[in-house]
Amino acid sequence: MYIVILGCGRVGSTLAALMAEEGHEVVIVDRNSDSFRRLKKDFKGRTISGFGIDSEILKKAGVEKADVFVSTCTGDNTSIMAAQMAKKIFKVPKVMARIYDPIRAEAYKKLGIETYCPTTFGAMVIKNTIEEKDVNVEKIGELLERGSRT
Amino acid sequence: MYVVVAGGGKVGYYLTKRLIEENHEVLLVEKDKKKCDRIAEELGEVAFRGDGCEVRTLEEIGTERADVMVAVTGDDEDNLVICQMAKFRFNVPRAIARINNPQNEDVFEKLGVATTVSSTKIIYNLIDQEVDSEEVIPLASLKRGDVEVVEVKLKEGSPVVKKQIKDLHIAGDAVIATILRENEIIFPRGDTTLEVNDTVIALTVTEKEKVLRERLVGKR
Repeated sequence: MYIVILGCGRVGSTLAALMAEEGHEVVIVDRNSDSFRRLKKDFKGRTISGFGIDSEILKKAGVEKADVFVSTCTGDNTSIMAAQMAKKIFKVPKVMARIYDPIRAEAYKKLGIETYCPTTFGAMVIKNTIEEKDVNVEKIGELLERGSRT
Repeated sequence: MYVVVAGGGKVGYYLTKRLIEENHEVLLVEKDKKKCDRIAEELGEVAFRGDGCEVRTLEEIGTERADVMVAVTGDDEDNLVICQMAKFRFNVPRAIARINNPQNEDVFEKLGVATTVSSTKIIYNLIDQEVDSEEVIPLASLKRGDVEVVEVKLKEGSPVVKKQIKDLHIAGDAVIATILRENEIIFPRGDTTLEVNDTVIALTVTEKEKVLRERLVGKR
């Protein structure tokens, strides 16, 4: 698969490394080229420095032929805008955005962007640990689904 | 009208001030405490401290009854989200976004926010016009600067003097809306003849302005 990842922070760089190791073609974009230091020297993917909501940068990253687009920018709105550009303008089949704000994550899920909210997820994991419940990722997924439905 | 202005920079500040003067109900949302306090000091109870991108803030300020949402922060992505939230979640009938990167005009339109203002584009267009033409005076920009109303004073030596409108060959590039001749206003027809000192008011698309100028003023 051809995967474009936006944001080379902890999540972005880790994801990029994982996908590249599995043999996928990975391009990672960050506006600060310094961020690429998080990647290992033997990283097989491509790096591009530039602002992720600039169509020209996205095209340079090959968004037009991408199978997957993931935005993990620090700013929620940058992630939201980039994800929408990937989905609605460049027609990437699978688009995912990491969004910290649970309300925005839910709102854009309704607008058709697949969102992942580490805030809710993290809080659930911690809560379950405190309550000494079985920390089971699938279970948390179910709880979250139920939570967003109520 | 109830207008919500998101972003308390200079654009937001002066816009709010103007709207108050015009007796509109207006609320300015700004997340920075210092900026917010200063605006409140100068303009009164119209500043609300909060993040315009957050649904909670938008709920608190009664966005659902707003007639217009104006997002004028310095970041395009924030302005997009503010306008989308206002339109899609709170059903605000009009949302206007300021954009910095002129390329985003297209992006915003495709993502559901069709009304955008780009100062970069406006200033560029002005420079372009100033440099290119003294004879063609822009009167108004429509459709965010894509369509223009211009005024041309026909001088001695203009290639169109004594010519009829139908012989101008501007169809597809521009429309002559009105001719001002001394105290007379003429709505031209194909057989109207142009005279020296006529002021021609024409409607054209920005990229065809040059064609229009060449026809009416002559090539330089």
